[in-house]
Amino acid sequence: MSKATESDVREDGIIESVSGPVVTAVDLEARMNDVVYVGNEGLMGEVIEIEGNLTTIQVYEETSGVAPGEPVESTGAPLSVDLGPGMLDSIYDGVQRPLDVLEEKMNSAFLDRGVDAPGIDLEKTWDFTPEVEEGDEVGNGDIVGSVPETPSIDHKVMVPPGTLDEDETAAVVSVESGEFNVEQTVAELETGDEIQMRQEWPVREARPTEEKQTPTEPLTSGQRILDGLFPLAKGGTAAIPGPFGSGKTVAQQSLAKFADADIVVYIGCGERGNEMTEVIDDFPDLPDPQTGNALMARTCLIANTSNMPVAARESCVYTGITIAEHYRDMGYDVALMADSTSRWAEAMREISSRLEEMPGEEGYPAYLAARLSEFYERAGYFENINGTEGSVSAIGAVSPPGGDFSEPVTQNTLRIVKTFWALDADLAERRHFPAINWDESYSLYRDQLDPWFVENVAEDWPEQRQWAIDVLDEEGELQEIVQLVGKDALPEDQQLTLEVARFLKEAWLQQNALHDVDRYCPPEKTYEMLGAIKMFNDEAFDALEAGVPVEEITDVDSLPRLNRIGTTPDDEAEEFVEELEADITEELRALY
Amino acid sequence: MKEYQTITEISGPLVFAEVDEPVGYDEIVEIETADGEVRRGQVLDSSSGTVAIQTFEGTGGIDRKSSVRFLGETMKMPVTEDLLGRVLDGSGNPIDDGPDIVPDERRDIVGAAINPYSREYPEEFIQTGVSAIDGMNTLVRGQKLPIFSGSGLPHNDLALQIARQATVPEDAGEDEEESEFAVIFGAMGITAEEANEFMDDFERTGALERSVVFMNLADDPAVERTVTPRLALTTAEYLAFDKGYHVLVILTDMTNYCEALREIGAAREEVPGRRGYPGYMYTDLASLYERAGRIKGEDGSVTQIPILTMPSDDITHPIPDLTGYITEGQIMVDRDLNSQGVQPPVNVLPSLSRLMDDGIGEGLTRGDHGGVSDQIYAAYAEGEDLRDLVNIVGREALSERDNKYLDFADRFEEEFVQQGYNTNRDIDETLNVGWDLLSMLPKDELNRVDEENIEQYYTEDESVEVTADD
Repeated sequence: MSKATESDVREDGIIESVSGPVVTAVDLEARMNDVVYVGNEGLMGEVIEIEGNLTTIQVYEETSGVAPGEPVESTGAPLSVDLGPGMLDSIYDGVQRPLDVLEEKMNSAFLDRGVDAPGIDLEKTWDFTPEVEEGDEVGNGDIVGSVPETPSIDHKVMVPPGTLDEDETAAVVSVESGEFNVEQTVAELETGDEIQMRQEWPVREARPTEEKQTPTEPLTSGQRILDGLFPLAKGGTAAIPGPFGSGKTVAQQSLAKFADADIVVYIGCGERGNEMTEVIDDFPDLPDPQTGNALMARTCLIANTSNMPVAARESCVYTGITIAEHYRDMGYDVALMADSTSRWAEAMREISSRLEEMPGEEGYPAYLAARLSEFYERAGYFENINGTEGSVSAIGAVSPPGGDFSEPVTQNTLRIVKTFWALDADLAERRHFPAINWDESYSLYRDQLDPWFVENVAEDWPEQRQWAIDVLDEEGELQEIVQLVGKDALPEDQQLTLEVARFLKEAWLQQNALHDVDRYCPPEKTYEMLGAIKMFNDEAFDALEAGVPVEEITDVDSLPRLNRIGTTPDDEAEEFVEELEADITEELRALY
Repeated sequence: MKEYQTITEISGPLVFAEVDEPVGYDEIVEIETADGEVRRGQVLDSSSGTVAIQTFEGTGGIDRKSSVRFLGETMKMPVTEDLLGRVLDGSGNPIDDGPDIVPDERRDIVGAAINPYSREYPEEFIQTGVSAIDGMNTLVRGQKLPIFSGSGLPHNDLALQIARQATVPEDAGEDEEESEFAVIFGAMGITAEEANEFMDDFERTGALERSVVFMNLADDPAVERTVTPRLALTTAEYLAFDKGYHVLVILTDMTNYCEALREIGAAREEVPGRRGYPGYMYTDLASLYERAGRIKGEDGSVTQIPILTMPSDDITHPIPDLTGYITEGQIMVDRDLNSQGVQPPVNVLPSLSRLMDDGIGEGLTRGDHGGVSDQIYAAYAEGEDLRDLVNIVGREALSERDNKYLDFADRFEEEFVQQGYNTNRDIDETLNVGWDLLSMLPKDELNRVDEENIEQYYTEDESVEVTADD
């Protein structure tokens, strides 16, 4: 979090009462959402209500021992993040304090209170290369130069929005390449404005854009069920609801690892500490499938685990999306994962109930739906104010109590997002992962993304997919009958359909997130695998028509190899599939 | 320290008093009744002028004239290595007639959160000697793995078996100088009989020497239950991260803890969440469960096994539900298996250990572990499904393949899960039992096991023998 820039912090305000993370103060001169320092230890807080002389503050740190009568100082600035090079490869808490710096400052593995740290390293110098020349006209948001932030990403230095009036431009009077730290001036405008690499932005306010556009490119994820059946667009929104143990976090992490975004912002909101540690441990070693560099080189982590202060949990999604928007402004495609938005909603509920607000559904505040839609609306495919195009895709995990999707957070989220990946406890129990239910899930981006798949993967992509969906649908209906009368009572063609569906489910939809090869499946391979199963389907039905019994068809030796395509290395997959298809055809035709 | 005689309101476990000096949030309070009895409490809400105090030992006997003293500090637990072998009450006072405890240090019981950056990812296998856990839902050091049970089920026997048998196999991982195991037992609202059962077992097996026991019994004050687990975990953190012990914390019964939370919430007239439990219950439970873990550069670890009884066996009840969202999996004790006489009656299908995948495999347990457990899961799930069908159409109507899966499910329960509370199976034995069962199925059905493992462990003759079964 950014230190208040003004040094004239006004000493004012006295604590009136303390109740958990909610503190009230009298005589405090502050605006709504201003950051304040509370008590003798200077705990960070934010103004959330003003009533007469009484100001209510939510405090981002533990309040044990804080007593009425202690001072409250206002910084006069809203909760903001520091934006600039150094955010990637970082791990922050919910108010953008770097956790590694906190460990060092507190000299302990446990989080102490009252310690602040800037979001980006103010000392470190970066190699700045100008992209404008002296005399060039620039406006708000325009890129004046760049620094190599990580091996994967060049960080663009932009004129902060609000520097000039809207549509106004100003000439650059000086700009120089060289080594600078984030607070040194790298360019100067004729208006006297100085441009630094670091800028601040209040987290609760969306950064300005020119225009929101309709997304037409998929955010491929390397997950067969997602790319194949329920694709997400770059700039799209998706929700993954599911009961505990159904694999939300694994799904989110797979997306964070393999989605073809330039930047990934991963928000661990009120989740497990060990899970965040896993991410911190894994990501530096894993290669980014796009560039081959370490995944951390494109990732910014925000970790506010369930036992960290609840108010910081409320703010962490805003911190995350503001950072995402900053990279979008540079023209990058950003994928943002929030795990889990339910914890965020619960944090709102907790604060709301301490404020004794009138509750809405299930105790959640009445503004729950508004906050959720505000958040997801900040995602999208945008034309930026500097003319570049960039996107923020938002993927929110939802943790419905008891796995019941009718609860308010799931329902309000579904009203906004266009892709729904429903996780299913039954599938998870039989270790069918990813446990995404193909009947309940949907993607409203399918049609607008089809042209891309047709052009870049295969012409008959939409038809193949529709075939798979039809088979799975039919299988669902047949299973109901099988539950009553047993499989052998079905006519032979239906039995065969069940067998085909079994391969679709076990070989294609199932994917092992822990297997070195299978965890990432490029769209081409997804298509080839589906093609192989379709080919088996066609040949098998031909054989059936020719009078071959189902048992003999499904007993063909090469068939189990369909299950091994997923684990075949990508560069050998095509050959493996061709050979397999030939074998299956040969063996089946030999039967009649 | 100022003393007040300004109590204005007493309601349930809460006492409201007027003060003329600021009082810190969470501070400890002593209330002395007219007949000299001292009760302890904690500040729940502090405004200039009045404070709300939650008493741990009930408000009976407190009147307007009782005096209130604010101790000026938050609740602390006196910690020392000498606590091992001691039995304390739910507020941390010794009840075993032993010597006074001379603390090394007094620690705040509201532990600070572990910085996620400083955590070490848990991946050292703990062998519990229970096949259903080791083989299918492996426990690792630093994990929090609750037992979800119901009233009248033998969860205590299972917990005791784990506490007794838990070891880290010698050859697993790189051997540092071996740290010692310690068990911390935090009882909240359990009956005296259950408590005796635990204590007898601890004494019989000599486990008490390496244990610290915190006892809040069913007839002890309910509000005290909100403090007991925090005392236990503060002690655990001290032993783990200051003294290098591997600490196993057993907390029973979390349901009673949550009831106490609800009681306080109701007394404060808070807006209730689901089923009357407070809206902050998730955060509150997380502040307990998240105190499990390992820290970079420290030898010790805190592993938690909280036990909870699900009201009417309902896993969607807020208590198991919120717990499951925080903990790293769950072990499900099953009523049907219990009535079949399976010991321990663990139903592996809804059970889960999230940290299992990183704690098993070559060099940790055995190379085939992951595949075997996945395959057994799939096969057992299929067998379970078929059982419903058999009830309708009978066995004869099913194919030979289906019949094999049915036999598999039966034998899995009888041979793999069933082992008795006194049998300690090492991981090799567990996996070998697994292979005996998998060998009932045709080879090409084993699509989740690596082919080389099939070569090595699959025994041909088993599959023939089965078809002659019934």
